[in-house]
Amino acid sequence: MAALMLRWSCLGKRWVLACIDGGSRHGRGAAIGLTSRRKRGQSSVAQQPLIAVQKSRKGEHEWAAVVGLEIHAQISSNSKLFSGSQVHFAAPPNSLVSFFDASLPGTLPVLNRRCVEAAVMTGLALNCRINKKSLFDRKHYFYADLPAGYQITQQRLPIAVNGSLAYSVSVGKKPSQVSTRTVRIKQIQLEQDSGKSLHDEPRSQTLIDLNRAGVGLLEVVLEPDMSCGEEAASAVRELQLILQALGTSQANMAEGQLRVDANISVHHPGEPLGVRTEVKNLNSARFLAKAIDFEIKRQIHELENGRKILNETRSFDDKLGCTMPMRDKEGKQDYRFMPEPNLPPLLLYDTASLPPGADPQQVINIDWIRERLPELPGKTREKLIQQYGMLPEHSFTLLNEVGLLEFFQNVIKETRAEPKKVTSWVLNIFLGFLKQQNLAVNESPVTPSALAELLNLLDRKAISSSAARQVMDMKRGNPRAINKLIGLVRKATLSRADPTVIKEILERKLSS
Amino acid sequence: MWARAVKLGLRSWVGWRRGFTSKVDPQRSGRVTAEVIEHMERLALVDFGSQEAVARLEKAIAFADRLRAVDTDGVEPMESVLEDRCLYLRSDNVVEGNCAEELLQNAHRVVEEYFVAPPGNISLPKQDEQEPFSHI
Repeated sequence: MAALMLRWSCLGKRWVLACIDGGSRHGRGAAIGLTSRRKRGQSSVAQQPLIAVQKSRKGEHEWAAVVGLEIHAQISSNSKLFSGSQVHFAAPPNSLVSFFDASLPGTLPVLNRRCVEAAVMTGLALNCRINKKSLFDRKHYFYADLPAGYQITQQRLPIAVNGSLAYSVSVGKKPSQVSTRTVRIKQIQLEQDSGKSLHDEPRSQTLIDLNRAGVGLLEVVLEPDMSCGEEAASAVRELQLILQALGTSQANMAEGQLRVDANISVHHPGEPLGVRTEVKNLNSARFLAKAIDFEIKRQIHELENGRKILNETRSFDDKLGCTMPMRDKEGKQDYRFMPEPNLPPLLLYDTASLPPGADPQQVINIDWIRERLPELPGKTREKLIQQYGMLPEHSFTLLNEVGLLEFFQNVIKETRAEPKKVTSWVLNIFLGFLKQQNLAVNESPVTPSALAELLNLLDRKAISSSAARQVMDMKRGNPRAINKLIGLVRKATLSRADPTVIKEILERKLSS
Repeated sequence: MWARAVKLGLRSWVGWRRGFTSKVDPQRSGRVTAEVIEHMERLALVDFGSQEAVARLEKAIAFADRLRAVDTDGVEPMESVLEDRCLYLRSDNVVEGNCAEELLQNAHRVVEEYFVAPPGNISLPKQDEQEPFSHI
């Protein structure tokens, strides 16, 4: 039997295992099956979990993967959630720790107003219902970086529930083929972060730094409406952009300000959901999709070979590209949730229910916060499309690259060139140049003014577009290009311009 | 004082469990099985030590169970005895910290301003492996 080549692809909500086997009946069947399934999927009711369908090689049995996420975002605040010690990334160990953070007896939690506001803002931005009364609970477990032996969280009645997050995935090879998906948000809750453990295997000890202990976290729980790594990664990216736009979290995954845990299971469509595993501490956008897709494949492989999936916690080894079991096999954890006895219920108000004569420092008005919400990424993209006539996928790229939108807007301000020209230049040539040189936008040697000038020259037809591109070449450190450029400018000015002067002007402009 | 706190904690936990797992059965003897004791010892790191302690626990549960005699239909459960208090909101200023030296004085072992802990979690040994403990 000819070897089957299996090509995996996740076209948005459709996992397709296309069997390329020189026109076998199986292969053709798969293709036909895919189209009809897609049509059916598109007409289904929005509330149903999106089913990703993957055909296995062995039988005609389809697999559907179900992915839910728990995202922890560190709140951007000066002090911690329940104490007045500082929130800061790099500091000498245990220097940002108060007596409460170290869990010394006799200390009590005092809620930080800024953290509550951050939670309300985030809830509103994600279309949640804000609970006017929410409660704090204790979640008990023993670990060296949790000095109290419990974490204060909001398990029974969180601050926000029932929201939604819209994100976009590519559904084809062309960049224009994007589709919008929605994932439901189960809840958003306030909770404490734990300290940091540094494992010192050779000396058989763990070093504990409590600087991070007690920092406020927003836990955003996404319902299992996603079906593959790409969807999950897109949803997380969009959430990151929203949090950054709101200023509630810097959501920098590399600095540990955004951590994602994924709950993954597979099942045959129509049958009950399978046993799920939890993949913890996915701390990089790059590995998020990889880890989830690996786990889906692993589960399918296990089940197809007659084995069972254990309800366990796994972690992703990025070097090996696989997930491995993590916790000791204690079975299901029992957190012994109990109400936090030291904190009364958290009450929030709106304009209608605001008690008259209340101290403004002591009350939070949801309506007041809603009126002052910053512009969200979705709205920014909409405006870009309307104002500058750019394609939706361009607006996504502009927002996805850190600092690129600001750069673009600065160029627009200073140039007379048409917006479409600016868009094309920024997204193709400028961005391409940065990628090639492996630079971030804020490291770019080309300033917005410089690019604006260049585009002005282009617009005035003082230089040709190939000449303009050569300027970019110049920035790559190609000195011969400047001479060529001088030649072109001379030609353009019909040899009326003095070459030395041209060189001077160009050098001045290029070095700015 | 510590024992009472544990009892209260356990009562609320066992009551919560009961509420979810079993229907009220007034005929039940209220025995707490060895399995449950072992589970609780592992979770809470509390040492029940002797049969006497288990008997005391069972009495405490029976005492709390008398609450079931009260008709609570249509009554909102109380979440907190502090429900009439205002939750004070602190403004977001840095007023604490910078006392590493003081905090580290409490530690048994310290390495360069880090607290030192054993590697990972050390599980409580199983029931039959345990040595009989004396009450502290």
